[in-house]
Amino acid sequence: MNWKRALIAVIASVPIIALFAFGFTRNPAEIPSPLPGRDAPVFRLAVFAPGEPPLSRSVGDTIRLPDLRGKVVVLNFWASWCLACRDEHVALSETARGYAGQPAQFLGVLYNDRPAAGLRWIADMGGQSYPSVTDQRSRTAIDYGLYGVPETFIVDTQGRIAYKHLGPISEAVLRQWIDSLMPKRTAPDTALRARLR
Amino acid sequence: MTRVAPRIVVIATVAFCMAQAAFAQDSVARQAPGLAVSDSALEARTAAVAATLRCPVCQGESIQDSPAELAQQMRAVVRDRLRAGETPEQIKAYFVSKYGEWILLEPAMSGLNIALYVLPVLLVVGGLVFVVFLVRKWTTPPANAN
Repeated sequence: MNWKRALIAVIASVPIIALFAFGFTRNPAEIPSPLPGRDAPVFRLAVFAPGEPPLSRSVGDTIRLPDLRGKVVVLNFWASWCLACRDEHVALSETARGYAGQPAQFLGVLYNDRPAAGLRWIADMGGQSYPSVTDQRSRTAIDYGLYGVPETFIVDTQGRIAYKHLGPISEAVLRQWIDSLMPKRTAPDTALRARLR
Repeated sequence: MTRVAPRIVVIATVAFCMAQAAFAQDSVARQAPGLAVSDSALEARTAAVAATLRCPVCQGESIQDSPAELAQQMRAVVRDRLRAGETPEQIKAYFVSKYGEWILLEPAMSGLNIALYVLPVLLVVGGLVFVVFLVRKWTTPPANAN
């Protein structure tokens, strides 16, 4: 009779063990965002860090999301007090430089920080190729469902959020998403043939 | 007479200033209760909504209870939206659209969430039935005891 009890105990414990096993494969810090696939929240933010030519914008310029329609937008939330932001800084700055002249716009959004501290941080890090903007009272951060920094959003040419990245982002991930969302250009030979016809 | 005149002027000036101050205080006192009531009502409604929303940067705390900067900023969003005439449900829907259902401290009782409410009750009832069954089995004397 004891083997029957043992069998019942095994059968009863299987779903519990399976539940625990599933739980251990999940990252509790990673909460699925409802934003990818939806229209990116519209923002209107003022530049405080100009960036470097050819990507620079004047300090005080207002950048509006609707004005960036037709470009792939990389929106990176950062702060001078964020240690992990240091890890992704070079990748972001260099990748942005690599897409200069193409329909891609990199934009830093300062989160819960003072612009003066942000400017000092940029100088300490050896510069930032693209402009950064301030977000008064974190309204844009809340609109984007921000948990912390760094977080990066990639917006497609139609103004929809294609991807949300938690934590430091790498050049490989940036390039993969930007290239997949970049408007397809007509190959030169195809365009020439079309004109000759 | 020449000594009395300046004193009268000083007394009159002080009395005039005190009367002005009293009038000003009176008018503030008449306005303040109304303002205080509407502000405290808005604060109470803000607190009620904020108590249902999870702080994204805390461990199981509402944005009402958390001192975190993001929680305070989210409370300000709640306050501004209430002031603009939105209902608590509309405000909760706004936060759900940004953070997902996770942002609600009490998940809505729909879809798979129903399991969260029903399963604990089923487990407790099942456990009680099991305990009763065992106790009765242990306390019932065997049929062939005699």
